[in-house]
Amino acid sequence: MLESYFPHGMAPYLIGGLLIGAGVALLYVTTGRLGGASTFFSAAWSYLLQTSFFRQAALREGRNWRTIYALGMMLGGLLYAVAGLPLIETQLPVWKFIVGGLLIGFGARLGGGCTSGHGICGMASLSGGSFLMVCTFLGTAMATAMLVARLGV
Amino acid sequence: MPRGLDMVCTLTSGVLFGFGLAWSTMIRPESVLAFLTLQDLGLLLVLGSAVGVNLLVFQLLPRWRARSLLGNDFEQRPFALSRQSIFGGVLFGLGWGLCGVCPGPALAGVGAGLVAARFDLAWALLSILVGALLHGLWAGRSS
Repeated sequence: MLESYFPHGMAPYLIGGLLIGAGVALLYVTTGRLGGASTFFSAAWSYLLQTSFFRQAALREGRNWRTIYALGMMLGGLLYAVAGLPLIETQLPVWKFIVGGLLIGFGARLGGGCTSGHGICGMASLSGGSFLMVCTFLGTAMATAMLVARLGV
Repeated sequence: MPRGLDMVCTLTSGVLFGFGLAWSTMIRPESVLAFLTLQDLGLLLVLGSAVGVNLLVFQLLPRWRARSLLGNDFEQRPFALSRQSIFGGVLFGLGWGLCGVCPGPALAGVGAGLVAARFDLAWALLSILVGALLHGLWAGRSS
């Protein structure tokens, strides 16, 4: 029964999730920070742009640690690949990453967070608002992915 | 700039996060799409175990200590639910459902792709950056 829900087993997901959780926990325990990923994408622009939005303290004050954290995430992926652990390359067409990425960047910032900010930090903080946001983006993403699969694009 | 130990802890946290994303196969868009179309429920285990660890840490640690180990205050999420944020969640969901990438896996996936010189997720990363830029310009205009 379980095998039909987890055709690739449960171990990689549980181990990976615990590692992700350990990363977010280490950040909180040592620095008190909430390790969502998406704010970095706005904060990075505050180095370049002088508009009132990108000058706001919330982006400028956190931009250095968020950049280090983002570089750490890239480095984590790099170390995994360097270690020769299993990786399967994607077959998705580039246009999906471009169109999807624009929606993700705009939407995650308008929505105040993504899968790590609302999904991990928000839910672990028992935030009702974050829980509703997770239901919103997860529900929309499921409907979208099913429609795309049905249409075969 | 965060100082020495702070920087080491922040970087290490990111490395663990990125390594975990790669281990859990969440940097492979097809894995995420398999969850979203209910063919493989693995993402639930990833999210569940990551939330489980932090539910304990976030709920218990502030009761035992007034400050973090390096002496900072514990942050609170500055989030207020609104009609706008729900709309943002819908847009995010549309993009996530189309390409199976979200901001964390885009970062970790670019790192993992460097070794084999595969840059698929770099397109997602750049587009997320542009999307965040457009949001900032738009939000700045309407405020």
